[in-house]
Amino acid sequence: MLRYTLLRLLGAIPTLLLVIVLAFLMVHAAPGGPFDAERALPADVEANIARAYHLDEPLPQQFLRYLSGLLQGDLGPSFRYRDYTVNELIGAAFPLSLKLGAMAMALALVLGVSAGTAAALRQNSTLDRVVMAFAMTGISIPVFVVAPILVLFLAVKLQWLPAGWSSTTSASRLVLPVVTLALPQIAYIARLTRASMIDVLSRDFIRTARAQGLGTMTVVRLHALKPAMLPVLSYMGPAIAAILTGSVVVEEIFGIPGLGQFFVRAAGNRDYTLVLGIVVFYATLIVLLNLVVDILYGVIDPRVRQR
Amino acid sequence: MSLLGNPTVRVSGGIVLFIALVALLGPFLSPNDYLSTNFDELLSPPSFDGARFFGTDDLGRDLFVRTMLGIRVTLVVAIVASLVSLVIGVAYGAIAGFVGGRVDAAMMRVVDTLYALPFIFFVILLMVVFERNLLLIFVAIGAVNWLDMARIVRGQTLSLREREFVAAARLMGVSPARIVFRHIAPNLIGIVVVYVTLTIPQAILVESFLSFLGLGVQEPQTSLGALVDAGVNQMEGASWTLLIPGGLLALILMCFNFLGDGLRDVFDARHVS
Repeated sequence: MLRYTLLRLLGAIPTLLLVIVLAFLMVHAAPGGPFDAERALPADVEANIARAYHLDEPLPQQFLRYLSGLLQGDLGPSFRYRDYTVNELIGAAFPLSLKLGAMAMALALVLGVSAGTAAALRQNSTLDRVVMAFAMTGISIPVFVVAPILVLFLAVKLQWLPAGWSSTTSASRLVLPVVTLALPQIAYIARLTRASMIDVLSRDFIRTARAQGLGTMTVVRLHALKPAMLPVLSYMGPAIAAILTGSVVVEEIFGIPGLGQFFVRAAGNRDYTLVLGIVVFYATLIVLLNLVVDILYGVIDPRVRQR
Repeated sequence: MSLLGNPTVRVSGGIVLFIALVALLGPFLSPNDYLSTNFDELLSPPSFDGARFFGTDDLGRDLFVRTMLGIRVTLVVAIVASLVSLVIGVAYGAIAGFVGGRVDAAMMRVVDTLYALPFIFFVILLMVVFERNLLLIFVAIGAVNWLDMARIVRGQTLSLREREFVAAARLMGVSPARIVFRHIAPNLIGIVVVYVTLTIPQAILVESFLSFLGLGVQEPQTSLGALVDAGVNQMEGASWTLLIPGGLLALILMCFNFLGDGLRDVFDARHVS
């Protein structure tokens, strides 16, 4: 198990390096400098600014400087918010995004797995068809269409829930963003669970358990759930990535001051270091969470470790 | 193996064709155009007066014609992006599968590494850094979506490589490149068609996501994502500006997903439940 974990850790390093190199090169290939303003600055002022941010050095040297900063957890200064570092900006905005994302993920897992299992137990029944039709709809409708429509009906027309983030401080402002973020994941997880549960339920060891007189719920809980969760577990990586992507849209629509909104603002402002920092941060997060999923996979399924 | 015998394929394919046809012809038949503003008709609801089937937006522009143009842009971006991913994915997967051995292992290791990247953020980065033009959107989306295709094509090629007709071609001294492109590639068509159909909705999703954030198609051009974005700002007084483009976008995505599922049932017998 230790060997497996170490191999996985080593495997993540080239991915991370690739992310950093790609993002760094893309930002530095940008036409025009980050400080190009409407009014031309005197040449010596420009040279001073360039020197202050080490922009006068050759590219490989700049990259090594950035990389050594990263290794110490330093993402550098922001080019637009002059008094802040990228670290401070991410530190201020990320906890809120994390809270939303974690709640959405928990909701998606609970609802998705239950709905998928229920559909698998009553394959081809009306319940099954309804769940699968909902799942297909949930996968097909993009977050940025669902979110405003939910706001329009539940918040503006019926006034059951608050429409924006800043209009209230009660926990009810969390409901719409979390539900919107979770919806496509609920749909996906329900489909995955249904397919793998149907497969597992037809195996010999389930027939044996049934033959010993165990009830359906006991069989599912004690014998079928764990093997049936393997595809869902391997979907966790893409799911995390999708929730992060979705949070960009959801935070923009609901006006939530999280990292996703920051990212869109930074993109609009052309704050290169902040955009670069957030991409590197998100990518590292996704790669690390994928790593955790991989290791968990090894814990649950011993066959994976042998390979 | 009959395409039209499958009801899912028939219905979803029919709806997609119908929408594409209306999007293509509709603007020619409407008396309105997508650019003219009319300040006497700001945000007027859908009606048959003056052929304002979908109403007007906050500048008094005709939303029917704009939505049809948006569908055109969305579909063209999606199809071209899917073709880009098809070319990259098929070439990459076929070479990896045919050459095999270490080369294959190394090439697939690259695909695994790329899978772990949060591509959408790179696409956003690309849009921020460079001029926002349609060509770049095509290439960016295509470059993101080729991984699945490469994996599937590689798997198929691995099994095709061992078949008798490939051995026969080898014995006759046909060059490896020619074997890949003349003998193996044609046998991949079925599976490739299925996965292109499933790539199209993903490409539509990325394009509309970018346009929604204002990073995609730029005014006065439009796409379904850009129309939804505009609709969000007007939805409280004029819900049709959001519901019509949003509903159409969802309908198109749903049809492509169903079409892909149906085609997979037809072409790929292993997936039939």
